[in-house]
Amino acid sequence: MSKVRVLVGTRKGAFILSSDASRKRWDVAGPHFAGWEIFHINGSPADPDRLYASQSSAWFGQVMHRSNDAGETWETVGNQFQYEGTPGTHTWYDGSPHPWEFKRVWHLEPSLTDPDTVYAGVEDAALFKTTDAGQTWNELPGLRTQKTGPSWAPGAGGLCLHTLVIDPTDPDRIYAAISSAGVFRTDDEGKSWKPVNHGLRSNHIPDQDAEVGHCVHRIAMHPSRPNVLFMQKHWDVMRTDDRAESWREISGNLPSDFGFAIDVNANEPDTVYVIPITSDSLHYVPEGKLRVYRSRTGGDEWEALTKGLPQKDCYVNVLRDALATDQLDPCGIYFGTSGGQVYGSADDGNSWEAIVRDLPAVLSVQVQTIP
Amino acid sequence: MIRVALPANLQALAGSGRMVELEVGGTVTQRSVLDALEARYPALRGTIRDAVTKKRRPLLRFFACEEDLSDIALDAPLPDEVASGAEPLLILGAIAGGLGG
Repeated sequence: MSKVRVLVGTRKGAFILSSDASRKRWDVAGPHFAGWEIFHINGSPADPDRLYASQSSAWFGQVMHRSNDAGETWETVGNQFQYEGTPGTHTWYDGSPHPWEFKRVWHLEPSLTDPDTVYAGVEDAALFKTTDAGQTWNELPGLRTQKTGPSWAPGAGGLCLHTLVIDPTDPDRIYAAISSAGVFRTDDEGKSWKPVNHGLRSNHIPDQDAEVGHCVHRIAMHPSRPNVLFMQKHWDVMRTDDRAESWREISGNLPSDFGFAIDVNANEPDTVYVIPITSDSLHYVPEGKLRVYRSRTGGDEWEALTKGLPQKDCYVNVLRDALATDQLDPCGIYFGTSGGQVYGSADDGNSWEAIVRDLPAVLSVQVQTIP
Repeated sequence: MIRVALPANLQALAGSGRMVELEVGGTVTQRSVLDALEARYPALRGTIRDAVTKKRRPLLRFFACEEDLSDIALDAPLPDEVASGAEPLLILGAIAGGLGG
């Protein structure tokens, strides 16, 4: 019988939630790395027992860990992330030039085929890669040195490369999303990149046709249809059907099109989930109701999923890396909140239960489906 | 034998207790103590000082003998009491008002 493992990063440690395919009873292991902010934990698709974790601390900096036994034991791996060459400057909040400085690893994206190869998206925005299971990390500088780099400016969370999506039909094609620069695509495994933001509109930049400067919060792809990507932007939910060459808005009837997280059902490429948040100044769900919205039409038409979720006096946030799906049928959907709850649905989102209720604030949720 | 007191997060990372004992050859300085500490516990590399510049991380402090030694030169001798092991070198995180939650 298949198993599901939910890897949860919180502000004060990591937790691993495990269940069989029924997804009714859950074992909770942790905290791992107690006291550390866990920006992301992710497992290798090629070897699900191989996990990587990024811990960050304002006091102690960046630490990286690897597990070869599904999180039973961990070993420290390399934590040096040095930009290639002299990194120069990007743009600061006030428009002035600001030196590029490594701060933390936001996102880990293991190779689809090699457990020792992992991409890391970092703040200040850049892409790193290890091919020796995390011992050493080398920058793929083509992204940071892309000609628009000096104009990239941070969002409220910093200038972070927070999302990496690898095209499963052509692993040389990778999408990277940076707040607040936008989406970039490489077709040559990270050597060269181009901004792919045509159609995005952002009211915080004066030129509505700007090539970069868009605060993209998250992008998601269904592996069977890699030309299609869905995006939750600062404001607006967007879709592309041509590998991000052009985007169109699909916010439709959402109660707010601000939000952070977005993901796609494992079995239905046109079934998409978002969790609307009130606004950029009110980082909590609208009207005190925690609602996941599902579109079964690839956008534009959305329905609220509320069964089992609090519909009164709820004021939590759900961050960009804190929504994920499993690979079972019906699809399991999972998300973590700023209030420390991790909710799961084993029926495509129709009904929900809290797997755990009282963790530290959740930063990231990643799901492994183990055959 | 030099004694160094670690904050809780670094104890967890090193798999050590609060107080660790280290052999340090030659003059006992901030640099030589941290070199010995990182050699004994490689997991601590980059967490107390920058791995390349060796500069102390800004939210960490070094205290000993009721003095703040955070800003003394990397190669300045530490107090005799630290060098003899009579007093520990305390590494601690600044009180940062709940920074980072």
